[in-house]
Amino acid sequence: MDKFGFSLSRARVIDYDKNDRRIAEYIYEHEPSFRLCIECGACAATCTAGNFTEFSLREFNVLLKRGENDKVRARLKKCMFCGKCILACPRGVNTRNVIFLARQAFRIFDGNET
Amino acid sequence: MESEGSERIWSDYQKEIADDHFFYVRSCIRQSFFPGSEKFFLDFLRDKLGKDVFENPSHTTCTGIGYHADIVPFQTIMTVIARHYALMKEAGYKNIAISCVTSFGIYAEILETWKHFPEELEKTREYLYKATGREFDLPENIAHTSDIIYKFRNEIAANAKYLLVNRQTGEPLKVVEHIGCHYAKIFPKYGVGGAEFPKVLSGMIEAWGGEVVDYPERRHCCGFGFRQYLVQANRGYSLSNTAKKFSSMKPFKPDLVLTNCPGCTMFMDKWQYTIKEMDGTTFGVNGESIPVLTYEELAGLVLGYNPWDLGLQYHMVQSEPLLRKMGIEYDIRDKYSTRDGKQMPVPENLINA
Repeated sequence: MDKFGFSLSRARVIDYDKNDRRIAEYIYEHEPSFRLCIECGACAATCTAGNFTEFSLREFNVLLKRGENDKVRARLKKCMFCGKCILACPRGVNTRNVIFLARQAFRIFDGNET
Repeated sequence: MESEGSERIWSDYQKEIADDHFFYVRSCIRQSFFPGSEKFFLDFLRDKLGKDVFENPSHTTCTGIGYHADIVPFQTIMTVIARHYALMKEAGYKNIAISCVTSFGIYAEILETWKHFPEELEKTREYLYKATGREFDLPENIAHTSDIIYKFRNEIAANAKYLLVNRQTGEPLKVVEHIGCHYAKIFPKYGVGGAEFPKVLSGMIEAWGGEVVDYPERRHCCGFGFRQYLVQANRGYSLSNTAKKFSSMKPFKPDLVLTNCPGCTMFMDKWQYTIKEMDGTTFGVNGESIPVLTYEELAGLVLGYNPWDLGLQYHMVQSEPLLRKMGIEYDIRDKYSTRDGKQMPVPENLINA
């Protein structure tokens, strides 16, 4: 920037060929009910953590399917595993297990767990 | 029946290109950045094909860059173009050959304006007469110089010394064709194949043995965009457009980018250097960048001209990897030598050199 007086903006296009969908695939494999999600947002609406932080399971679902994992990684730690989201889900998704598996998948694929 | 139908439809996309007797109007920036291109065009048409091409040294800029930057009013640019037509009339020519795609778009826009608003034509005649005492006629044929090379592409192929084929593997070279937006996107009927199926460059590539690369952002702007570039703070838009286009073509591993527009050639060439300097990204294979050539330079290489006489050393991205692939023999000592053998200064930070 200093050298040229202008800078390069990256395209905001979501590139499915480049994005890493391993986290979503891992969750689908171990918790198939995750595929039933219709992204209604009931889980996010009832979430205690989401009331005070940027935690939103509905948003995680969209981001993980796109492979935009970086936005999910840090926010996952906000979940307290209270399980209210399971009670709210109209599709019977085991949402608490989804969060658990997502954390596990990040540990495995980030190289922190074998 | 089907082929007849498609042939008939395709004929609607064709354009009549004059065969001889051209009034040639040069580009402003090509003479600085790609000085061999226009020279090749004139030499090829005059000496090899025996065509009549006339140039008038009184021809000026079309003021297109100023027009697109909103500092030249439309009435002014119409009068400037009218003066060029007056020069053509005075020389006795009726076919105009335009070297620049920006100018070509301007000429087309003004002809269409005069067609739909005849009062503007009459006003322009008056402005020109009052200012210069000149009168003008409308051209019978308007062609971009890439149209003319396209028209004679098979003559070039018949006399080819080198084809667009990798000498070592025997595979056709993968060539990205990039057509300037102002060539046919504004007034499609002025371009070969219109805006939907522009054939002007892909026709040359196919005739000379190459393979045209079809990639997602094939019709995306090169990034020049006038206003994006002319204000320094906005140049990030220009650069980002170019990066988007090159990122899209990169997986197809093109050997060459072929363009017909001065701005496109300049920006696709020089922005590759800038992006490399900014974040180290390159778009060719093995960390190289992709050479960007004009159609005249490529035609010259195919015909066996010395690459340094064509001015390839004036590009930011050097063409040696392409020359090696095509099997073109060259003497590196000629690269920065004048005709009388004197050493010219050697630029720093060249890519692919």
